[in-house]
Amino acid sequence: MVSFLVEPLQVALTLLLAPGLVGLVRLLKARLQGRRGAPVRQPYRELVKLFGKERVVSRNASWIFHATPFVVLGTTLVVALLVPLLAAPLPLDGVGDLVVVAYLLLLGTFFLALAGLDPGSAFGGMGASREMTIAALAEPTLALAIFALAVGAGSTNLGRIVARTLSDPVETLGPGHVMAFAALAIVMIAECGRLPVDNPATHLELTMIHEAMLLEYSGPHLALLEWAGHMKFFLFLALISNLAFPWGVAVRPGPVALAIAVLALAVKVVLLAVGLAFLETQVAKLRLFRVPELLAVSFLLALLAVTTSFLVR
Amino acid sequence: MIGLLPMITTYLAGSAAAIALPGDRGRRVAQALAGAGALLGLATALSVIGSGKAAVFDLPSSVPALGLAFRLDALGAFFLALIGLVAVPAAIYADAYTKEEAPPSGTPGKAAPRSGRLAGATLNLFLLAMSLVVSAANVLAFLFAWEAMSLASYLLVVGDGEKAESVSAGRWYAGMAHAGFGLIAAAFFLLAARAGGDGFETIRSLSSSPGPALRNVVFLLALLGFGSKAGIVPLHVWLPRAHPAAPSHVSALMSGAMLPIGVYGLLRVGLDLLGGGPPWWGGVVLALGAVSALKGVLYALTEQDLKRLLAYSSIENLGIVFMGIGIGFVFHGHGRADLAAVALAAGLYHALNHAAFKGLLFLGSGAVLKATGTRNLEEMGGLIKRMPQTAACFLVGAAAIAALPPLNGFASEWLLLQVFMAGASLPEGLTAALMALAVGTLALAGGLAAACFVKAFGIPFLALPRSRAAEEAREVAGSMRFAMIALAAACALLGLAPSVVMSFLARVLGGMPGVDAGGALFRPGSVLEAPQGSSRIAPPLLALCLIVVIAALVVGLRLLGVRGRTRLVETWGCGRTVQTSRMEITSMAFAEPLRRVFAGLYRPTKDLTIGFHPESKYFVRSITYRSRIRSWFEEDLYRSFYDLLRPLAASGRLIQSGSVHLYLAYIVAALLIFLLLGRWL
Repeated sequence: MVSFLVEPLQVALTLLLAPGLVGLVRLLKARLQGRRGAPVRQPYRELVKLFGKERVVSRNASWIFHATPFVVLGTTLVVALLVPLLAAPLPLDGVGDLVVVAYLLLLGTFFLALAGLDPGSAFGGMGASREMTIAALAEPTLALAIFALAVGAGSTNLGRIVARTLSDPVETLGPGHVMAFAALAIVMIAECGRLPVDNPATHLELTMIHEAMLLEYSGPHLALLEWAGHMKFFLFLALISNLAFPWGVAVRPGPVALAIAVLALAVKVVLLAVGLAFLETQVAKLRLFRVPELLAVSFLLALLAVTTSFLVR
Repeated sequence: MIGLLPMITTYLAGSAAAIALPGDRGRRVAQALAGAGALLGLATALSVIGSGKAAVFDLPSSVPALGLAFRLDALGAFFLALIGLVAVPAAIYADAYTKEEAPPSGTPGKAAPRSGRLAGATLNLFLLAMSLVVSAANVLAFLFAWEAMSLASYLLVVGDGEKAESVSAGRWYAGMAHAGFGLIAAAFFLLAARAGGDGFETIRSLSSSPGPALRNVVFLLALLGFGSKAGIVPLHVWLPRAHPAAPSHVSALMSGAMLPIGVYGLLRVGLDLLGGGPPWWGGVVLALGAVSALKGVLYALTEQDLKRLLAYSSIENLGIVFMGIGIGFVFHGHGRADLAAVALAAGLYHALNHAAFKGLLFLGSGAVLKATGTRNLEEMGGLIKRMPQTAACFLVGAAAIAALPPLNGFASEWLLLQVFMAGASLPEGLTAALMALAVGTLALAGGLAAACFVKAFGIPFLALPRSRAAEEAREVAGSMRFAMIALAAACALLGLAPSVVMSFLARVLGGMPGVDAGGALFRPGSVLEAPQGSSRIAPPLLALCLIVVIAALVVGLRLLGVRGRTRLVETWGCGRTVQTSRMEITSMAFAEPLRRVFAGLYRPTKDLTIGFHPESKYFVRSITYRSRIRSWFEEDLYRSFYDLLRPLAASGRLIQSGSVHLYLAYIVAALLIFLLLGRWL
């Protein structure tokens, strides 16, 4: 009975906690940079404010522009249904695996890029072009990192990967594991538009990528897209932490186990977020044409991870 | 059981009607009969696959070696079904599409209906020839149908021969098709000579007897010959020329149905007649497929001509099909019958999906061409408002080809990724490690395809029109929209019902030697399962989740009272008050970042001319920027071939006098020489 509540609980947690996580990273970065920073609850306030405003929409925009916020948030929520945040395996385990998660996120990116082109603004087109460039180059890395994890577990099924790490930690946690997660972390930075690939805090015309596509959005539409962005960030961190270090995930969901799982997830994600805040204060944004080099490094890491898993075999 | 005869007679009647009936009626009746013939073919194919009994049709001859035998088995029926899937909508579409297509510069009036009637007749012959290729049961019938298929499609590409582009494309196509034909004929003759008969049955029963050297030669000849038809790099050069030159419904047929016939040939010869071979056969196919997939999508990305973009994308998709077939051959060579079945199924599944979405996209590009009169992406824009239904169908096709869930492209690419992951469990370390590269290649091709089709949909359909023609575009005729909607529905259904497709494929592959299709493929329920059950997805449930979640979002926002008035304004222009289409990103600019990343491959040329004011160079009058990329690899390869062949061809001119009598003498002499050779050898 409890097991059927796990997935609604995951979705609710993602919806509620994601803006707070972003607020935390922003606050940490501000403090590290010697600023005072806005409180953690600031992203919630922004969302509430945006939901109360009117939509200012370009005359040139078509239905794609209006549908995109719902598609992007919808795909992110379905990812929240599939990813083992609190328990593994989930009731909807057979609906989709890790590959499905990757391609669902690509579906969101695809529509976001179309929405960037839709109003005919120069910035939106530029952002769409850059976003698709990075998404295309991140795709092989992501697939190889998935491959490295799957070779160990013998499956791309999320529940099985988690179960395998839990049951056989000594064998799994080798150098291949570490490299696969380093590769996944670089993919996360690229996909979520964090430094050094994209600067989430900038509206500087020539460097923005993600923001450029959202430039024409306002009001509730913008709120949905911002929220989806926060959630994508949260889900990526949660996915990485639960695949790399699944302890705490409920194997037999009960009230106590789930409470522990929520707590463990919070600790892991906050730790990763602190690490990211440190990284982002240390590095500067890369030129767009240096980003492929970063992704090539990540690709090599993933390739080495796969090769290592063969050597260990 | 319908048999092959009704289909054949319908096509022949269509051809005859086009020539016999006067005026525009001939064209319309021919196209209607082409559709009917394709429908009959589809029904035959489905009944053959369903019943497992082959449809037979023989044309005996008084000379025993000259009989034509046709026997449609399950493998051939799969490809006949694929032809039907594209040909039925294409024939419906053709009626309105080919109407009054009098070229504005050419002679108006009588010329158009006549060429329309000829095209109708050729269309029927083309469909008939394709259907006969996949049902041929002896070497002579196969080669005869194959040549007829090449010639008919050549005529369709060249059209009335008034456009220089079509003529040049036709020349490339004819050259490559005939070189391929020569290789295929050589492969078949080697086999038939060794087997002592030209029936496929005879060859099959003796397939193990030829030595490994001969088998390797036959396989490589067949791979090159069929690869040139499938558009595999580096034999693809005809494809980006021929597809754009042909009328759009023919492009859809050539890309969706004719290219996979190359795959059919490879499976028929490599797996059925030769009974499979060593794993390196598959390795070669896999490598060629991987190169084609990457090369195809990279060139599609930088293309500004919508139909040529789709043609390059066909190279990519056939490359993906070849990757599946190749890994299937590898598993087959290692004696893994269960894995081989899933790998081959993944390849064929992708071929089926490609037929649906590429047929749809070519029909969509034809609708755009009909409405705007241009194939140049830089002159389109804003068509989603003027052609909403075409735009929606094109979007479905673009999302399907970009492998986005829950559409069909995702299902086959997911299965192929799973096959590669299963390949990593092979005991052979090298093969297993190469699987990682195959996964990387497939994922990169998928990512680049997503970027490419954001451009292919976004630039023509979104934002402001970039030309007068795009501004005045109108939605196309209802029958054309119907054809596109049917194919869009096929894209969705093929993705949502993978278990139906897989049970279908289990029957198709069931008869292949060394392929265990029964247990490995079919799963009840709407589930697609990875080899050995290591992972599974349920696309219908996934689609349901997406729909429910999005509906919940919409309703939830309503209930929470988030209404938000909508105010329509100009796009923000940094203070400029009027937005024009010149401020939009262009098709070329969209691909610019990836063009720079892969500059080593594209080797772009730049040509910048600045016209200064005569008084002062601080005033610029005009700037011309020209940049093009060239496929240097093929150009260099074919150039060296050409340089080699040209002196030979020139010396061959010595015997060409133009006298018919002399040519007759040559024929007699050649016949005598071959008879004598046959006696002695």
